[in-house]
Amino acid sequence: MNAVPMELVCPAGTPAALDAAIEAGADAVYFGFRDRTNARNFPGLNFSPKELAEGIETCNARGARPMIAINTYPDASDDSLWRRNVDICAEAGAGAVILCDMGLAGYATKRHPDLRLHLSVQASASNAPSVQFYRDAFNIRRVVLPRVMTVEQIAALTAAVPDVETEVFVFGGLCVMAEGRCSMSGYATGISPNKDGACSPASHVRYEEQGEIMTSRLGNFTLNRFGAGEAAGYPTPCKGRYRVQGREMHLFEDPCSLDATSLLPDFARAGVTALKVEGRQRGKAYVAQVVKSLKAAIAGQTATDPTATRRFMEAGGATTGVYSGAWH
Amino acid sequence: MTQLSARLALGPLLYHWSADRRRALYQAVAADGPYDTVVLGETVCAKRETPPVMEAMAEAEVALKAAGRAVIRPTIGLAVAEEEVTALETVARTANAGALVEANDVGALALLSGQPHQIGPMVNVYNEGTLTALAERGATCVTLPWELPMDNVVALAGTAKRLGIDCGVTVFGRAPLAISARCYHARANGLHKATCRLICEQDPEGLEVETLDGDPFMVVNGLQTQAFAVTLIVREIPKLIEAGVTVLRVSPLDMDMVAVGNAYADLLAGRASVEEAEDRLLDLLEDHEVANGFLHNAPGADWVAAE
Repeated sequence: MNAVPMELVCPAGTPAALDAAIEAGADAVYFGFRDRTNARNFPGLNFSPKELAEGIETCNARGARPMIAINTYPDASDDSLWRRNVDICAEAGAGAVILCDMGLAGYATKRHPDLRLHLSVQASASNAPSVQFYRDAFNIRRVVLPRVMTVEQIAALTAAVPDVETEVFVFGGLCVMAEGRCSMSGYATGISPNKDGACSPASHVRYEEQGEIMTSRLGNFTLNRFGAGEAAGYPTPCKGRYRVQGREMHLFEDPCSLDATSLLPDFARAGVTALKVEGRQRGKAYVAQVVKSLKAAIAGQTATDPTATRRFMEAGGATTGVYSGAWH
Repeated sequence: MTQLSARLALGPLLYHWSADRRRALYQAVAADGPYDTVVLGETVCAKRETPPVMEAMAEAEVALKAAGRAVIRPTIGLAVAEEEVTALETVARTANAGALVEANDVGALALLSGQPHQIGPMVNVYNEGTLTALAERGATCVTLPWELPMDNVVALAGTAKRLGIDCGVTVFGRAPLAISARCYHARANGLHKATCRLICEQDPEGLEVETLDGDPFMVVNGLQTQAFAVTLIVREIPKLIEAGVTVLRVSPLDMDMVAVGNAYADLLAGRASVEEAEDRLLDLLEDHEVANGFLHNAPGADWVAAE
């Protein structure tokens, strides 16, 4: 068992959500810039450089560790925006920068040797030698693990690389592909999640209503169709309904969300350092409720109302994803 | 017509073919194919490496080397399970014995750093900083990700040239769009990865995924999801080579891959114009949809017509 309780790392897409996360007891808050350096680059979200520096200050003053995600892949020819954002974080006193690109990691280690670097899930480091490589080459201190590993595989990894901390997603949206290696949205839209920070950008999403039928489209492709009373989920390619061998199905994933609260003791035994909540695109009500409920679970308390977080799930409810092994 | 200086590489077979079908492909390539280099090995799913498959691939390696081709061993693209990590390490270690290894999972770099190796298109190389970091650690050839737009490719090819390393671009084949720990080929057939019975063997170019409107969209290939449309880059090749691209990679499909390679070889040798080469390739592709959108900064599924 870990001597210290696992750290709870919470999302903030806005300054208001950041306050809500701290208020609810987050140990750490992760947020990012309002630009293409952010893998949650959606309109109306995120922080200007000034807001971001203030957010770091607020976190440091109130005892929550500020972690800044600069987790897209910088452009060839011009990576100045990415470098500038790393510089801002270092100067403002960020607790860590979460990044995925080797070039940017190389810049950060040379320019700001004291800045703590975490490897973003967008780097998709899913095995011990990969983590060792990032540690040795770029002094990565913590790796956010992709949602493709079982608890057993995580335990083997933490045992093999004990000097690099691990952080795992426990709650929220569920990428079913190896993160940072998915071009499905770019295939339909021309906007690259890796380069532009947006999967299924709203500018390319359309909902078409015909009588009681709602069709969701991404670019030129129909991703789903919903009947009366069916909840119309957001059309990301991996959550779509398709026709395969004449049969209509959710080929990649049923519309469900991750909730691995029941596995917290297993994560602790596996040597996991930190637990991450997905959802920088969610409001402060989500952040407050999910943080409160997970804090209680980490402390070994039963949540006062175990259904309180259920309303934030997608239509199909909760899954423990790949962690429990049966998902394959 | 002028000659264009670049080498032609046959990329790894992305599909699960029977031992016999593999033999036929590589025997033809060894006998007649115009490829200077062949990337030979499994990049999608370690479960496919059954004894008959391994035997066929070993025979292919012997035949290709005897025919004077450089043979490169790729690592698996996503190593998560213990047997996948073992497979990754086993391939990477062959570099110690002088084999040319292509890293497709960053984990391989833990073993390959400091000795000459290659970087495959599954590794995220988007900018000069990353390219330089990899070259400093021994990369001698970097094949860029499929989704990069032309201005990015031009910039990176120029940097590769200055660094003195080779730069590859894939000009033909179905672009991999995603990889998962979960097998969608199995799932589509009501199976799981653990019980898959290598069902992916029944689809030599993957399993077609249509939208609910019946439009072809993607192809499932074991753990990998691919574009439905076949990437076809031809008229862009002079510009790519001028920028510093030194390797053109062709990704195998279930068709005459010698004829596909010859179309590119004739273009490089000045025996065919870009229009002639493109027409020949379109004929060979028959009813396959084609796309070049990624390179033209458009949706990857799009075909951007010549101006």
